[in-house]
Amino acid sequence: MTAILTAQTSPGHTRQHLLSVHDLSTDRIREILETAAQMHAVQRREVKKLPTLRGRTVVNLFFEDSTRTRSSFEIAGKWLSADVINISGKGSSTSKGESLRDTALTVAAMGVDALVIRHSASGAAQQVSQWVDAHIINAGDGTHEHPTQALLDAYTMQQRLGDLSGRHVAIVGDLTHSRVVRSNLICLGKLGARVTLVAPPTLMPSGIASWAASDGFELSHDLDAVLPTVDAVMMLRVQRERMSGGYFPTAREYTVGYGLTRPRLDALVAANPEAVICHPGPMNRGLEIGADAADAAQSLILDQVSAGVAVRMSVLYHLLAGEEGSAS
Amino acid sequence: MTRPDSAVPGNAVPADSAARAVMSSGDVSRALRRIAHEILERNKGADDLVVLGIPTRGVALARRLVKVMEEVEGTSVPVGALDVTMHRDDLRRQPTRSPMHTDIPGAGIDDKVVVLVDDVLYSGRTVRAALDALSDLGRPRAVRLAVLVDRGHRDLPIRADHVGKNLPTSSSERVQVRLAEHDGDGDEVRIAGGEPR
Amino acid sequence: MSALLITGADLAGAGAQDLLVEDGVITEVGSVRTAKGADVLEADGLVALPGLVDLHTHLREPGREDAETIASGSAAAAVGGFTAVLAMANTSPVTDTAEAAERILDLGRAAGLVDVQPVGAVTKGLAGEELAELGLMHRSRARVSVFSDDGKCVHDARVMRRALEYVRAFGGVVSQHAQDPHLAGPTACCHEGELSGRLGLPGWPGIAEETIVARDVMLARHTGSRVHIAHVSTAGSVDVVRWAKAQGIDVTAEVTPHHLVLTTDLVSGYDPTFKVNPPLRPLEDVQALREALADGTIDAVATDHAPHARHDKEHAFVDAAFGMLGLETALAVVSDTMVRGGLLDWAGVARVMSVAPARIAGLADHGRPLATGSPASLTLVDPSAEVTVDRSASLSLSRNNPWHGRTLRGAVHATVLRGRVTALKGAIS
Repeated sequence: MTAILTAQTSPGHTRQHLLSVHDLSTDRIREILETAAQMHAVQRREVKKLPTLRGRTVVNLFFEDSTRTRSSFEIAGKWLSADVINISGKGSSTSKGESLRDTALTVAAMGVDALVIRHSASGAAQQVSQWVDAHIINAGDGTHEHPTQALLDAYTMQQRLGDLSGRHVAIVGDLTHSRVVRSNLICLGKLGARVTLVAPPTLMPSGIASWAASDGFELSHDLDAVLPTVDAVMMLRVQRERMSGGYFPTAREYTVGYGLTRPRLDALVAANPEAVICHPGPMNRGLEIGADAADAAQSLILDQVSAGVAVRMSVLYHLLAGEEGSAS
Repeated sequence: MTRPDSAVPGNAVPADSAARAVMSSGDVSRALRRIAHEILERNKGADDLVVLGIPTRGVALARRLVKVMEEVEGTSVPVGALDVTMHRDDLRRQPTRSPMHTDIPGAGIDDKVVVLVDDVLYSGRTVRAALDALSDLGRPRAVRLAVLVDRGHRDLPIRADHVGKNLPTSSSERVQVRLAEHDGDGDEVRIAGGEPR
Repeated sequence: MSALLITGADLAGAGAQDLLVEDGVITEVGSVRTAKGADVLEADGLVALPGLVDLHTHLREPGREDAETIASGSAAAAVGGFTAVLAMANTSPVTDTAEAAERILDLGRAAGLVDVQPVGAVTKGLAGEELAELGLMHRSRARVSVFSDDGKCVHDARVMRRALEYVRAFGGVVSQHAQDPHLAGPTACCHEGELSGRLGLPGWPGIAEETIVARDVMLARHTGSRVHIAHVSTAGSVDVVRWAKAQGIDVTAEVTPHHLVLTTDLVSGYDPTFKVNPPLRPLEDVQALREALADGTIDAVATDHAPHARHDKEHAFVDAAFGMLGLETALAVVSDTMVRGGLLDWAGVARVMSVAPARIAGLADHGRPLATGSPASLTLVDPSAEVTVDRSASLSLSRNNPWHGRTLRGAVHATVLRGRVTALKGAIS
C-alpha cells in the first residue's frame, strides 16, 4: 500500500510534504477526510489525546500572523501528543535579516520532524521544501494555496451535504488575492463538485478564462444569477484596502453587487433550503457577508473552525505517523 | 519487518490454493460458541459485559459472540468496535492507513468488564494498543481478551483469556482468516507458507 | 608586446585566414608566411569575430562588491569573449557625476582585461525627477555617451523628453528600461498570464513595457533624437520597434540571451534563479524576439549580467533579487540558439554582438572589421564545442546562473584585446 501523501518530494530528500492540493489524488483526499471524521470524534471525548505522534516535533514557522490557523495546528499537534513549538519568522528581504533559506535551515537544524509554514509570499513553502530535510506543510503561502483550509472546507460541506460529487459550489469574492480559492478549486474539482467563481472582472486572476477552460470550472460576474443554482456558497474576505488599487470603487458598491446580503440570503434559501454558506474567516460583516447570513442556520462558519483541528490532525497523522520513504 | 498477517483491514483475503486449511466453517462456529459460553461462565452471567471487536474481522467475531450470548442469557449485551490504529507503537514500520471507526456503546466502559475480540493473536502489539486506547476512553473494571486463533510469537507479555484454536506456526508462515461477512463463501482459517526470511 | 600570429581562423564566416597582429593592430590578413618572434595562436576550425561588446552589464562596484567587482566582472567578460562592456549606473553611489564615472573607468583600466565603459544615470540618484550632469559626464575622461536609469524606468514623460533632447548636443543616447510602474510595480515578478494566476505571483504584463516603448519612440520622433530600448522582452515591443524603424525613427533595441531561450514556465517551481526584470515570457514572445534579432529589428544582444550574492536570491520568489548572470554564457547561448537554429550566421553574430553594440555605444575602437589597420580586438570561437554549463566554474563572484546543467554548442576559445590575449580556453591569460 503506497503512502498516503504522494506529495512533492524535494530532490535529494525522500520526505513527503503537503504543499498543494494538486498533489493529493481523489482517493487520498477521501482518506484524509475519513480520518478527520475519526479525529473529530476524539475531540468530543474527555481525554482528547492520542499518543500517535509522541516524541515527534512540529514547528509552526509563521512569517505572517494568523492566530486562528496557528492555534489550530498547535492544538492538532498537541492532541496527537507531538511537541509543538511556535516560531515567528521575519522573512522579508526588506527587513534585511536572514534569508528565508537561512531561517528555514536554522530552525530545521534544531531537529524538527515537520515544519508548518505560513508566509506572505507565494511559493515559499515549496522553496523551503527544496532546502530543508523535514516534512513541510503549507499553512498558506501568499496568494497561492492553503491546502488544509480547502480540506476542512470540503470536510465541513460533506458533513452537511453528503457526497460532494455533482454538487454545485460558488466561490465569491476577491479571487485574485485569495489562496483559499486556488486550493478549493482543485479540491472540489477532485471530489467531483462543479465550481463557479463569481467576482467583478478586476478581482479575477489573470488568465482566468483559459484556466477555467482547461480545468473545467465556470466564471460569472452575476451573483444573483448563480445563487439559486448552488448547493453551497463560499464567501471570501474582501479587503477594504483593495479600493485604493482600483479594484472596486466603494465598499457600498461591492456589497450591492457581490455581498451576501439579507435579500440574497432569502433568495438562496427559497431556491434551496438545504444550501449551505461558508466563509474561511475572518469575516468583514457587512461587506462581503451580512450578519443575517453569517448567523443563519445555513451557515457552516463555526463548523469550519471546529473541523480545522480534526482535519489538521488527520494531515499530521498521515504525513508523520507512517514509515519514511519515497512517495510513489 | 512488518508482520504479514497484521493484514490491511478491510481487504478480502484471496483464496490461496497453496495454503492448508486448519479450521473449517464448522470448526469456527463451534469455537465461537464455546468462547461465548466461557465468557459468560467466567463472568457469571452477562452483567456489566461490553464486547468490543478490533477492526476489521474482530468486529464481526464480536457480533457473533454477542448473538450467542444473547441467545443463552436472554438479555442484550452491548457490542461495539475499538480501532487501535492511532495507539499502535509500530506505525513507523508501515505506510499510514486510515483509522477505522470506533463505536463505544452508549453506556460506556467505566466499571465494566470489557471483552476485546480479535481474529489472530500474534505479536500482541494490537492488544497492547487496544489497552492504551481503552484507558483513554474510560476506566473498565477488567479487560479480557478473546481471539479466534493464537499463533504464538509474542513480542510482549500478553495472553488471551479465551482462544478458539492454538496454532503453532513459524514466523515465515501467514495465517489467513476468512469470514463470511468479509470474504464471501464460508468461514475458514488457513496457514500459507510464507516467503523465506 | 610581442607580435601575435593567429593562424587559420574563419573570419566572421568569410573564410580561413591568418592574422598578424603587431602593437595592438592587425597588420596583415591572408596567408602569413613569416612572423619572426611572434607568439602563435592556432585557430584552425575556429571562427574569428570582432571583439564582443556588451551594451548592458552590472558590475556592482562601487557598493555591492560582495556580488561582483569590476575586476571579477571583467574576468567573466573576458572569458565570455568580450573586449568592451558598458557598466550600468545603478551602483551605490549611483554613477551620476563625472567623478563617479571616472572612478569606474580607472578601476576597469586597472583590471586591464576588458574596456569598461561607464554608463551614466539619466536622473540624479535614479530618482526619475531631475536630470543628472549628463554633459559633465560626457566631457569627463570617461566620455560617457550612453545614459540609463536601468533598474528603473524613466517614467515621467517630460523628464524622458528633456533627456532625449539634451543628449542630442553631444551625440549621446538614452537606454530606457521600459516598465510603467503603474502597470508593473516593484513586486511584479512573473509574466502576467494564466501561470501567474495559478502560481499567485504578482503579474508583470507585457503592456507595461510596450506602452513605454511606444511612448518613447514617439518622443524620439518628436525630438529628433536617438533612443535605445534595453532588454526588449515581448512581441508587442518588437512590433512597435519595427513600425518605428519603418517610419525612420532613430531607435535601436537590444535583447538578452535569456529572453531568446528561457520561458515563463521555468518559474513554476518558484526558483529565484529564474526571477529577472523584465520577466521570462511565453514561447510566442521568445520566438518573436529571435526573428526580430535575425531580421535586424533588434540590433544587438546585451547580457544584462546581474550578479547577486546568494543571500539576496535565497528568499521567497516575490522577495528575491531580480537578475541573472550572463557574461560567460552569452556567446554560447546565441551560438546554440541562433546559429544552430539557422537564424543567424557568424557574420550575423558579429553584427549583433560586436558591430552594432559598438556603434550604438560610440566605441570607435570596437566592432571594427577584421582587416588591416583595425585594432586587434577579437574573439575566437569554437563553433562545434559542446560545453555543459557548470555554475560553480565561474569567474563571477556570484552564482545565480540560469544555464547551469544545460549543454550549449559553441564556446569562446580565446579573447584578444588590442593584441593581448586576455582569455584562453576559459581562463584568464
